[in-house]
Amino acid sequence: MSSEQGRIIKISGPLVIADGMRDAKMFDLVRVSKMNLIGEIIEMHGDQASIQVYEDTAGLKPGEIVKTTDEPLSVELGPGLIGGIFDGIQRPLDELVKIEGNNISRGATVQPLNRSKTWHFFPSVEVGAKVSTGDVIGFVDETEILKHKIMCPHDVSGEIINIKEGDYTVEEIVAVIKDDQGDKHELSLMQKWPVRIGRPFKEKYAPSQPLITGQRSIDTFFPVAKGGTAAVPGPFGSGKTVIQHQLAKWAAADVVVYIGCGERGNEMTDVLNEFPELEDPNSGLPLMQRTILIANTSDMPVAAREASIYTGITIAEYFRDMGYSVSIMADSTSRWAEALREMSGRLEEMPGEEGYPAYLGSRLAQFYERAGTVKCLGSDDSDDRTGVLTAIGAVSPPGGDLSDPVAQSTLRIVQVFWSLDSALAYQRHFPAINWLSSYSLYEEKIDEWMNENVSENWSQLRKDAMILLQEEAELQEIVRLVGHDSLSFSDRLKLEMARSIREDYLHQNSFDEIDTYSSLEKQFYMLDCLMNFYYEVQTALDKNADYQKLISLPIRDDLARMKYIEEENIKETYDKYKKRISQEIADIIPREA
Amino acid sequence: MAKEYRTIEEVSGPLMLVQDVEDVAYDELGEIVLSNGEIRRCQVLEVSGNNVLVQLFESSIGINIEQSKVRFLGHGMELPVSPDMLGRVFDGLGSPIDDGPEIIPEKTMDSNGLPMNPAARAYPDEFIQTGISAIDGLNTLVRGQKLPIFSGSGLPHNQLASQIARQAKVLDDSEKFAVVFAAMGITFEDANFFIEDLRKTGAISRSVMFVNLANDPAIERIATPRVALTTAEYLAFDLDMHVLVILTDITYYAEALREVSAARKEVPGRRGYPGYLYTDLAQIYERAGRLKDRTGSITLMPILTMPDDDKTHPIPDLTGYITEGQIILNRDLYNRAIQPPIDVLPSLSRLKDEAIGDGKTRADHADTMNQLFAAYSRGKDAKELEIILGEEALSEADRIYSRFSDEFEKRYISQTFDVDRSIEETLELGWDLLSILPKNELNRISETYIEKYYRDEIFSEFWSE
Repeated sequence: MSSEQGRIIKISGPLVIADGMRDAKMFDLVRVSKMNLIGEIIEMHGDQASIQVYEDTAGLKPGEIVKTTDEPLSVELGPGLIGGIFDGIQRPLDELVKIEGNNISRGATVQPLNRSKTWHFFPSVEVGAKVSTGDVIGFVDETEILKHKIMCPHDVSGEIINIKEGDYTVEEIVAVIKDDQGDKHELSLMQKWPVRIGRPFKEKYAPSQPLITGQRSIDTFFPVAKGGTAAVPGPFGSGKTVIQHQLAKWAAADVVVYIGCGERGNEMTDVLNEFPELEDPNSGLPLMQRTILIANTSDMPVAAREASIYTGITIAEYFRDMGYSVSIMADSTSRWAEALREMSGRLEEMPGEEGYPAYLGSRLAQFYERAGTVKCLGSDDSDDRTGVLTAIGAVSPPGGDLSDPVAQSTLRIVQVFWSLDSALAYQRHFPAINWLSSYSLYEEKIDEWMNENVSENWSQLRKDAMILLQEEAELQEIVRLVGHDSLSFSDRLKLEMARSIREDYLHQNSFDEIDTYSSLEKQFYMLDCLMNFYYEVQTALDKNADYQKLISLPIRDDLARMKYIEEENIKETYDKYKKRISQEIADIIPREA
Repeated sequence: MAKEYRTIEEVSGPLMLVQDVEDVAYDELGEIVLSNGEIRRCQVLEVSGNNVLVQLFESSIGINIEQSKVRFLGHGMELPVSPDMLGRVFDGLGSPIDDGPEIIPEKTMDSNGLPMNPAARAYPDEFIQTGISAIDGLNTLVRGQKLPIFSGSGLPHNQLASQIARQAKVLDDSEKFAVVFAAMGITFEDANFFIEDLRKTGAISRSVMFVNLANDPAIERIATPRVALTTAEYLAFDLDMHVLVILTDITYYAEALREVSAARKEVPGRRGYPGYLYTDLAQIYERAGRLKDRTGSITLMPILTMPDDDKTHPIPDLTGYITEGQIILNRDLYNRAIQPPIDVLPSLSRLKDEAIGDGKTRADHADTMNQLFAAYSRGKDAKELEIILGEEALSEADRIYSRFSDEFEKRYISQTFDVDRSIEETLELGWDLLSILPKNELNRISETYIEKYYRDEIFSEFWSE
């Protein structure tokens, strides 16, 4: 227990300055005043420490005590995380409701992980086994779909001298390790880790596999790789949050960490209501069994918003270290940056662009760099010790203007950019991902994977469809100048087919039970049908078939509704439609005289 | 008796520095006693050692550094609340100004409020019928939602807001309903319009009004929305009422905030507004909502005038990022006498999906809504093309959509401020309009609804000329 006690000398919003803090360290967690408000030291001058307080500071007075806990801000890692909803400093919000009622009051201390709940621990190593940091010593079935692996904590290695199956709480000793010096280390189900330090790993790999999301415009045109980074910037109302929710729901990941950072309270409630009822497409079990929510809504204290991003990614890294594929969604990094700006302003730092601190870019980079595909620590080198952490951040640029410093700093780091477009959103074309300005730098690698695993035609189809969309934009310019009638039939066909790709393929209704998720097979079948129709009509036009008749063939209505066909019927429908396409077009081609 | 200090060191704009104080807390409320005995209110913004920086809610005229005294009250901004507040008019800090008796408080509440725990919230999913097609049909208002009106100077946002306050009802309406109205920096005429309107319809007896007019002290406005929402919280969560809160005008509120920030020489964010404008607005807006274990609800409609009709201005921009959608008024529609001039395409209600459909409004609601949006949007594009190239150059389909968009504006959006359309009427009207389009163009509506509601006779009749 630390004996140092400082005293408050200045209070300005979430910033408190205390003196008598000579023995405290940078980034130590402190307790402020008798109310026990939680804060973190972010600057030191002589014996004065600047503290960002994670709770409302109203009512604080100079002279009140400040105690350091001698520990940096850390998270508790162990069984009980999954399905939980935590605030920015990992206080469980559902427990807080029970203790404090409907509003979040101050100074509440609730342990992040439930101390009384017991978990059944199955050892996977025996007494006498040699283990080192990162090695799995056993597991707990945390939910029906997730085995929570218990790992040997950092800086501990040696021989297991005691380990036993049984029911334990997170604090009870499940194993004892004797190291080379003969010191004994007692292991429990839980470990702690400081949030501002990335958890170590052996080696990082370049990402090469797609993270399948079931969202057609993402998977087909702008895929994100497992272990990659992506950003979704867009003005308000363009559907950022819906995309983030869709990814949290459908992305093929073992664990999803969703950070609601400075966003709406009702959105978090929505997730809390909806996820337990939604089924994971792979296991058929509720999605909540693989989800962790971090909610620091916009009305909650601003300093804790700054911490929420780190809390989230540290938890994500912990599951990555078990060898899982983890996705983290942060909505929105702009609010996080604003929290940085607010603290920076209070510290009277020299501002950079738009009042943001000069270190904005490097902080953002540090966050996204914690993503990746890695070889986990430990003596076991097998394949299931490869962990994946994919990071997807939303950016809310003011007025949708991408020259905003947060958007610009983000774009310099991330590999995938889904540009949301308000014009598309007004047409209720969702997801409103603009196909002309978005990009994915993983495209080529993922094309290879798709050609091998989905269909060898994949990359060709995808490229042809993209070219159509690009040509559409140019042709529309011409139409605007000289009118529709001056176009050749082949150009008119391009316009018509591009419209069909937009409306029948890219447009995806996230509120429709079937359309909300498309498997890669379904995506391929749909795209293949649409593009085949295009290719064949092109040939038919060359053979003097009537343009009007071709584009009003009955098959087109069915192609437009293909997205509403269930996964199990899609193959059959595909075969049928492909035949119908050839047949209906053949009927129109005039017989040669 | 609280200690009185005669140690005012500096008064500058809305700020005042007091030295050598003891035991004063951050955010504490204070009173300044002028030499003539007049009392003005202030609040602590920063404590540094023995010095405090306070913000004056009222004017600094007459404050003398030598003779004026300051005392601190030992608590933050609080509001005495009671059911008797219904039907009364208060100033921007919550003192009665309508010649009625003082409020005998049932309890005293901290007007800053506490953030609602997201795990305690109930998701808003009850449809509110406002009787306005552009809202009910396309941008549905939901109980517990925060839905701002983005307007411009000279546009009829007041008429729209009062129409909503007048007509809003839930379909099985047996519950207690109240209106809390907070005026911040608006003119006497605007405020009077609301008061008269509420009085005419008899709604005044279930309303609470907080009025800070354009000529009232600007800094007082910073407290007004908080005081209003504290009252709303009391009515909703203590007295189980469904409360509609109208805040007008957020633009003036943000300007008052900027005034204080500039006086403190803080590093400004965009357009001189403080970097914490988002957080500050969020702390107001997020107080709307429903709770799992309470009956009442707070539905919030802030009104803001966009400077130069610019949606990317920081105030509408940040508001849009916090609120659950927006209703945008459009000058072009207004000039064409379309009342209310709601620009439905950029308007949005984020919560509508849970509140519409079978059992709430009607099963075909979502589909028709999407189709109307898509068709109107295409029609607008076609109209643009028509302006450049003339009607002749349009393709057949574009011509149809262009006609559709005219009809849609004339019949669906336009309805004037005293017409109250039921949701049935709105949905039927939607089908009347969709039936102008050929059946196979309705690609966002499922077959069953097309069969059930599409009117072939309208299609043939409309295009017979």
